[in-house]
Amino acid sequence: MSTKTPSKLEKIMAAGHLGVTSEVGPPRGADGAEIDHKAHLIKDYVDAVNVTDNQTSVVRLCSLASCIKLKQLGVEPVLQMTTRDRNRIAMQSDILGAAAFGINNMLCLTGDHQSFGDHPTSANVFDLDSVQLIQTVRLMRDEGKLLSGYQMKVRPEIFVGAAENPFAGPNVELRAMRLGKKINAGAEFIQTQCIYNIPKFKEWMKIAVDKGYADQTYIMAGITPFKSLGMARYMKTKVPGMDVPDNLIDRLKGVPKEKQADEGIKMAIEMIQELKELPGIKGFHIMAIEWEEKVPELVQGGGLYPRPQV
Amino acid sequence: MIKATPKPLEEIIDFVKDYNKILVAGCDGCVTVCEAGGMKEAKVLGSALRLYYTQAGKDHEVVETTITRQCDKEYLEELKDMMENADAVVSIACGCGIQYLTENYPKKVVFPGVDTHFMGINADRGLFEERCAGCGQCVLGTTGGICPIARCSKRMLNGPCGGSEAGKCEISKDTPCGWHLIYERLETLGQMNRFLEPVDPKNWRSSRDGGPRVIIREDLRKAEPQHGSAH
Amino acid sequence: MRLQYPTHIHIIKVPCSGRVDLIHILMAVEQGADGVFVAGCLEGDCHYMHGNLFARKRVERAKEILEKTGVGKDRVEMYNLSAGQGSRWAEICREFDERIMKLGPSPIRLAHEKKAA
Repeated sequence: MSTKTPSKLEKIMAAGHLGVTSEVGPPRGADGAEIDHKAHLIKDYVDAVNVTDNQTSVVRLCSLASCIKLKQLGVEPVLQMTTRDRNRIAMQSDILGAAAFGINNMLCLTGDHQSFGDHPTSANVFDLDSVQLIQTVRLMRDEGKLLSGYQMKVRPEIFVGAAENPFAGPNVELRAMRLGKKINAGAEFIQTQCIYNIPKFKEWMKIAVDKGYADQTYIMAGITPFKSLGMARYMKTKVPGMDVPDNLIDRLKGVPKEKQADEGIKMAIEMIQELKELPGIKGFHIMAIEWEEKVPELVQGGGLYPRPQV
Repeated sequence: MIKATPKPLEEIIDFVKDYNKILVAGCDGCVTVCEAGGMKEAKVLGSALRLYYTQAGKDHEVVETTITRQCDKEYLEELKDMMENADAVVSIACGCGIQYLTENYPKKVVFPGVDTHFMGINADRGLFEERCAGCGQCVLGTTGGICPIARCSKRMLNGPCGGSEAGKCEISKDTPCGWHLIYERLETLGQMNRFLEPVDPKNWRSSRDGGPRVIIREDLRKAEPQHGSAH
Repeated sequence: MRLQYPTHIHIIKVPCSGRVDLIHILMAVEQGADGVFVAGCLEGDCHYMHGNLFARKRVERAKEILEKTGVGKDRVEMYNLSAGQGSRWAEICREFDERIMKLGPSPIRLAHEKKAA
């Protein structure tokens, strides 16, 4: 595939390599050094680094500012943007700001409802949803227009991504249709929800391949290693849209507590190796939540290292 | 219809404790249906206020009444004498009625006796559910008759989001996912292709986002006499 | 059976305890009753299905209102018994009478009497 933006992530996947991204969750305070620290842990092992946008509706250091910091460190950022907290005026403004700092990747999300976070009494915005945000970024990039129709002199050059959750309701078929809708809206890469239920994921991927979606967008499989049995149980019961099969829980239960983290890494590596061979997979999005130091091990173990130079 | 619930009694007592002549004004419209502001509720609130004043040893005169609608000037006029006689009024009409009462008797102190919530249906006795957000541009024709703005927690036009699970919304297992309902309807109707076509950003100007709204129906307005036409 | 119960209990007969509305309880207190109890059929035995259950909810609401207006929630109570339980009836009357005697006169009645004097 040809490339449309200066994004390194796009170039790597367009060249036929498996792309690798990871994510950094900014701190719940003004400690910018933490972003530097986390970035240094992973920067040589991934092509680009997502920065979450107040994930689970908890106030954190802003995604755009963190992305600028990454850029200054020479790390390619993926700006995550949710439609929960900003209207179309603020979002378009932030997109232009990001582009001005040479940020070339975005992940367009609707965002978790604010009732999950640390400010459940706040008002939400949801002027747009994720699909409409994808449309907006594409309009700005491809036609140089704002939603108002205003013609810009300089366009933002952004590789446009979206998330999709194959495990959410009502069923796999509809989740694949929604992938199709996001592609129709202009999503050029997709980072999936954390995958644990491999048979279900394969079902979804099969539809994506059969319908041709997997050729129209780069699908990156979401991988999150379990740090402990407790985390696996939490993901299973508390996180909306997460599908953790019992056999994975049992496997963690089968090892002593102090070995569970190692087992979690092992399981994630096995998953990467299995999914690498799956038709339609174009990369991996490794979300080691508050465990960034393990990303190099996962990338190496998955046979995704060294990263290609483009 | 509009759904409201009675305010906590202690809040109302706190409003009126320094007044003596109180009018409790109910409304025979929506708030009667949801049993928050009709004659029955007016009587109960009036009685409660009398009990409060009596045990507190305060002189008082509490009168209860209802009118057909507090959102119509013609009916509000019926309250004229009672309003004149009262030091303070507790209106248990919806937020519209309370405001229109205040607007028509600008010198009177008016307190709200209910909290007004939403436009909804009567699913069962004492069970009211929101159905319409009054966005001013109905999308029901494309969503199988189920409103994503009122019934999706994120008012998404391209749902369901990744938090929809087993037909429930991510905010609570007691909240049906609006988009799951839309999915079921569109499947029944054979309109699943709608899930592939992105719905463009909505024009929220006709919603609350456009500022306080006014409807002018010229076809319903009184005709102005035409001057200088015939002679 | 010739069962004895306090003579100053004034009985208002209704076809079903479900006929007793919140306002009836409040009016009784407003007019100077020191206490009000509603006696319904045993739960599950209502001839009108839910009458006594509605009555219980209304008594609960009345308790809340009386508490918040400073009259006190203990001046109202809900009892359930069947028409065949004459001795239980007498027992409830004595029990409730004792409770009200302990509470003393209602502040509402005292206020009315003070005004009349």
